[in-house]
Amino acid sequence: MRHEIVAAQPATPTGVHPMTGKPAYLEIDGLWKAFGEFVALKGVSLSIREGEFVCFLGPSGCGKTTLLRAVAGLDLQTRGTIHQAGKDISTLPPSKRDYGIVFQSYALFPNLTIERNIAFGLENAGRPRAEINARVAELLALVGLASQAKKYPAQLSGGQQQRIALARAMAVAPGLLLLDEPLSALDAKVRVHLRHEIKELQRKLGVTTIMVTHDQEEALSMADRIVVMNHGVIEQIGTPTEIYRQPSTLFVADFIGETNQIPAKVLADDRLAVEGTELACAPHQLALDSNATAVIRPVDIIPHSMSGIDKVGTPENLIEVIVKEMEFLGSFWRTRLSSPRLGSRILIADFSINAVRRLGIAVGGAMRVELPGERLLVFGKAA
Amino acid sequence: MAAATLTMPAGRALRPQMSSDDIIKRGLMIVISLYLLVALAAPLYVLLSKSVTTYHFDLAAFEIQRSDETGANFGPAKTAAALNAETHAITPEQLEAGSGDRLSVTRLFPDFSFRSPVKYRIRGMDSAASFLVGSELHRGTDWLELDSNTFRRVSLRPSTATGLDNFVSYFSTPSLTQAIYNSVLMGVITTVLVIAIAFGLAYALNRSQMRLKGLFRLVTTIPILVPSLLPGIALVYLFGNQGLLKEAMMGYSIYGPIGIVVGSVFFTLPHALLIVSTALAIADARHYEAAASLRASKWRTFWTVTVPGARYGIISAAFVVFTMVVTDFGLPKVIGGQYNMLAVDIYKQVIGQQNFEMGAVVSVILLVPAAAAFFVDRLIQKKQVALLSARSVPYQPKPNARFDWICFAYCAAVALFILTLIGVCQLAATVKFWPYDLTPTLKNFRFDLVDGGGWGAYANSIKMALLTAIFGTVIVFVGAYMVEKSEGFPLGRTLFQFLAMLPMAVPGMVLGLAYIFFFNNPANPFNAIYGTMAILVVSTVTHFYTVSHLTALTALKQMDREFEPVAASLKQPFYKLFFRVTVPVSLPAILDISIYLFVNAMTTVSAVVFLYSTHTQLASVAVLNMDDAGDVAPAAAMGMMIFYTNVVARLVHAGISRTLLTRTQAWRRR
Repeated sequence: MRHEIVAAQPATPTGVHPMTGKPAYLEIDGLWKAFGEFVALKGVSLSIREGEFVCFLGPSGCGKTTLLRAVAGLDLQTRGTIHQAGKDISTLPPSKRDYGIVFQSYALFPNLTIERNIAFGLENAGRPRAEINARVAELLALVGLASQAKKYPAQLSGGQQQRIALARAMAVAPGLLLLDEPLSALDAKVRVHLRHEIKELQRKLGVTTIMVTHDQEEALSMADRIVVMNHGVIEQIGTPTEIYRQPSTLFVADFIGETNQIPAKVLADDRLAVEGTELACAPHQLALDSNATAVIRPVDIIPHSMSGIDKVGTPENLIEVIVKEMEFLGSFWRTRLSSPRLGSRILIADFSINAVRRLGIAVGGAMRVELPGERLLVFGKAA
Repeated sequence: MAAATLTMPAGRALRPQMSSDDIIKRGLMIVISLYLLVALAAPLYVLLSKSVTTYHFDLAAFEIQRSDETGANFGPAKTAAALNAETHAITPEQLEAGSGDRLSVTRLFPDFSFRSPVKYRIRGMDSAASFLVGSELHRGTDWLELDSNTFRRVSLRPSTATGLDNFVSYFSTPSLTQAIYNSVLMGVITTVLVIAIAFGLAYALNRSQMRLKGLFRLVTTIPILVPSLLPGIALVYLFGNQGLLKEAMMGYSIYGPIGIVVGSVFFTLPHALLIVSTALAIADARHYEAAASLRASKWRTFWTVTVPGARYGIISAAFVVFTMVVTDFGLPKVIGGQYNMLAVDIYKQVIGQQNFEMGAVVSVILLVPAAAAFFVDRLIQKKQVALLSARSVPYQPKPNARFDWICFAYCAAVALFILTLIGVCQLAATVKFWPYDLTPTLKNFRFDLVDGGGWGAYANSIKMALLTAIFGTVIVFVGAYMVEKSEGFPLGRTLFQFLAMLPMAVPGMVLGLAYIFFFNNPANPFNAIYGTMAILVVSTVTHFYTVSHLTALTALKQMDREFEPVAASLKQPFYKLFFRVTVPVSLPAILDISIYLFVNAMTTVSAVVFLYSTHTQLASVAVLNMDDAGDVAPAAAMGMMIFYTNVVARLVHAGISRTLLTRTQAWRRR
């Protein structure tokens, strides 16, 4: 498992995509960006294959927008090269590059109707009016807003404006679609709906897409691959499941989903000790006796009653705990557990409603939980 | 973490390849920067250098030989200084000079006779010394031999030096420095009065439910539409030597401080009202709700919420008013009498005494308060913005019969003041001899019968105002667009922004004088525009550049920053975006800029009074000149013509705005 994650590390600029062996469509190599003293990108390398949907994910200030703007030619990188479809576009002005872009604000032209907005990029030398109109109609149908053609942007809802911005960006059939936090200005319900819609559209058109977002749920649900960034470096590149199940750094584990983090000492390459309690853990390469952080997600903790084992087979890392608090979150219970064996450390665990009922879990009660060794990840202290 | 080495590789930062858009944008910005350099920075520089340039006759720089009666045997060569030491013919005071002064060399020889056969030789001691024979310039160290009859036509030119002598002599002349005191005093008194009046008006307009608010707003903008001389003329008619209400002055004269203050209140009021009103309008209702819930009295609420909330507006308005009063020229010229003001002093020094250097000195002094006001205003503007939070709840006044009536009465009184002054001019312009013969007549409008340029001046004014509005709007808007919407080139953009803000700190008189120095120089390649309509348009556009620029900038800042990147990604040139989106969306601001330039071009006197020529006389200057010549009724009539024109322009502007907005701004309606 581990070596696969390592393989998904920043690509070496060979021009060949490391996972598929197909030639890369977009090749970013050694990108640095300095704003005066502040360095926003620190040697970022990445390759994206044709038709892929990639999300740049990270907290604000991590450099994800800077990276997108470098690809778009809006903020020129200080060092490094970018190749698109085999062509060096590193220093080209935006108008000489091949991409469509959708901003958070949508930037629809307020004084032009929806159809004129979409047609804006089509009205070039000598293209016949009929052809333009046909293309506009096609795009409007594609985003499902054919009936709104004559309206002005201000007359549409946020979600509709967002789709128009998408249609306008796609009008000229660009090789690359750049989405800069396209959903963050929308309310939660519309956002979930549009996530799906954009993903569908992207699949249908097969356009290589980069989306910048700080919303992990958005990234996990939409992306083919996620690029997790922090402080101007790429922490991990991988599919949503890889990112979630096998985070390669503590930062990624912490940023994506929820975690319990427990200080531990390394005993062997699959054993560690927490407050004197020896636990099995996922294989790792940390030095013996070094300090580490053990990480387990609340959903990976398996509940058992004090008497029986709620599972076939032998459980690993079985620990007695006291239920301190319970919080009902609709589809599951979030519990706060205290374990004398782990130095009265509080563990957060999510249990299904069924399990709570079946095992009779209640505040103040004692129970046992299993921390499955393969789900107990270990990271060096410095990570 | 797969190793990103955390130091940037050495080498040069990448430089972007320029697109054709970038090249065009940069070119346009350079063109407009050059405009501002030529029309503003260079003239001001020349003005400043003039103020520190002194002229004096350097007698030691010339050497003269004189022959005996035969004309053949020359005596020893002596410097002019040595000759003067013998005769004391020229006093040290007479050696101080202006740039145009000449010193006749024969004064060194008390016994000089042009009929005598005596011959003279003259030369400079160095190559810089120069003298004239008749109008022929000689320079250098070669001897020139002349007979007596020619020698009498020899005059020495002064040599130039740089120093603060002009300022020293200015400050040692009490009659001149008095003007500083006078100007400051008038500025302070007017500012206090105007702010009080404007605050009351703004309070009534924003915080009451009185009737006729729209009418009051309209009336209080009238003073903007007339030259600042007009209230002066009205006051002369009312309280002057033959005025109807002269008795009401109780022996005091309207000519002087009283007239200046009353007239200044009139013409600065709309400006103060606008600023204070804006400050009051942005008040947050929640502060008042909080005060009410704490059971604060109305009086306490007023002093703890209302006044502090508007304080930046008040300070800003105070500086604007002070600057306007101190730098205004028209009003004190008409009604100031013997009361010297700085701006009038410039005019007197330049037009009256042809003393350009002293005019430059007064100009530099006049720059001080204007520049100070400008910087304070910039500081305050930044703070004011912070007060305006997006989540403010606008304050909604509640009806209160007694309070509303007090407000109404107050506004009516102010409106009456404004309408009276305008009405007096209107009456004086349309009767035979107000107030003695009230027979209606249009004879005062027969401008061709009096000096001042006649109807031609009026036509010139219209032409000048239209050209200013058209070219000014284009230059200002394109310039603002380049500053706001182009990437990179930060040094150029900062410099441009500075140049665009500078005109606010330069009074019109100063600009006008700077133009004389700069453009009326045969060595200047732009010399050709001196005395033409072009220089009037250029000076007016420049004079009113800053406010227009800020209006354009505000409109552009409200526009989405991502329009340009989107257009570029769609491979569309920026000018397509500019004409199809930027200009239509900014149309209200563009129209505002053009009407602002038009109205000001019609009323301005200060810069153009130095720059008009016989065939480019202007209506506003004609008012000044006719009044000066004693043709007060025609002056009032011409002033009213400016007023009518501006009213019509405003109506046309409103009409165009409405039509265009309904046609092109359908998108503003949801």
